[in-house]
Amino acid sequence: MTRDQIAEELPNLAESKLTALVVDDSFVNQTIHQKLLNRLGIENDVVTNGKEAVDVYCSGRNYDLILMDMDMPIMNGIQATKRLREMGIESKIAGVTTRANEGEKKEFMEAGLNDFQEKPLTISKLLSILHKLNFYVQT
Amino acid sequence: MLGLGVDRLQADINRLLASLFHQGVLDEQFLQLQQLQDETSPNFVYDVINIYFDESEKLLRNLRLLLMDREFSDYKKIGLHLNQLVGSSSSIGARRVRNVCVAFRSASELSNRPGCLRGLEVVEHEYHYLKNMMHELFQLEQQRILAAGVRYPM
Repeated sequence: MTRDQIAEELPNLAESKLTALVVDDSFVNQTIHQKLLNRLGIENDVVTNGKEAVDVYCSGRNYDLILMDMDMPIMNGIQATKRLREMGIESKIAGVTTRANEGEKKEFMEAGLNDFQEKPLTISKLLSILHKLNFYVQT
Repeated sequence: MLGLGVDRLQADINRLLASLFHQGVLDEQFLQLQQLQDETSPNFVYDVINIYFDESEKLLRNLRLLLMDREFSDYKKIGLHLNQLVGSSSSIGARRVRNVCVAFRSASELSNRPGCLRGLEVVEHEYHYLKNMMHELFQLEQQRILAAGVRYPM
């Protein structure tokens, strides 16, 4: 998608100052997901596993959106999602993983996700997440 | 004459990419990476692919060390490494590497050691083929940039 097409999809996205946390143990995916978020004007940070995501929230930081990988060392995406919800965190959490069979998807969703996308993440899939989670400002 | 050099190099780049897509080595996700390259990150594709090479080589080394151990039995660890390789390969559009990793992962889920060893060899082969092709692509692109930058003095 071109920038003009993105602007048409979400005209006020740049004004909404959304924030996002990328939770993924792969530096490749971190880099790509951050670039996708930057392209949409979404401020973002990155951590490398579920425990770091929980720690970030425990430190008092908050994000509108979390892009949560499923398979990570120390604490995986399912464990981290459950933990964040137990803590009362209401950020929107979108699971992003290569594992897409129905059983795995169901387990991840039941942990507390708001949405689920199969990797690889693209601008279109990210826009779909934002649309579904009502992350745009109506004029 | 210089214009022809740039055009010829661009044609070579296009031909190489078309071949890689035709062989199934790359898929449309690679085009997504190219679309993310912009003035704020003009070397984005090159940078991401090199990160992928670094990450993948560590994972492949770890997989080989695990499987070469006679006492090896930790198939879960194999699975975790492969999940990461599947994920990063699909993220850069490395379709064939991704697919052979998925096949390897199936062998690990069945605790099939000979299957895993075969799987590792296939993944290593596909990975090195991809790496060689990417190096060739980056060399052509570098030559094209240099050719486009050369100007006759006025």
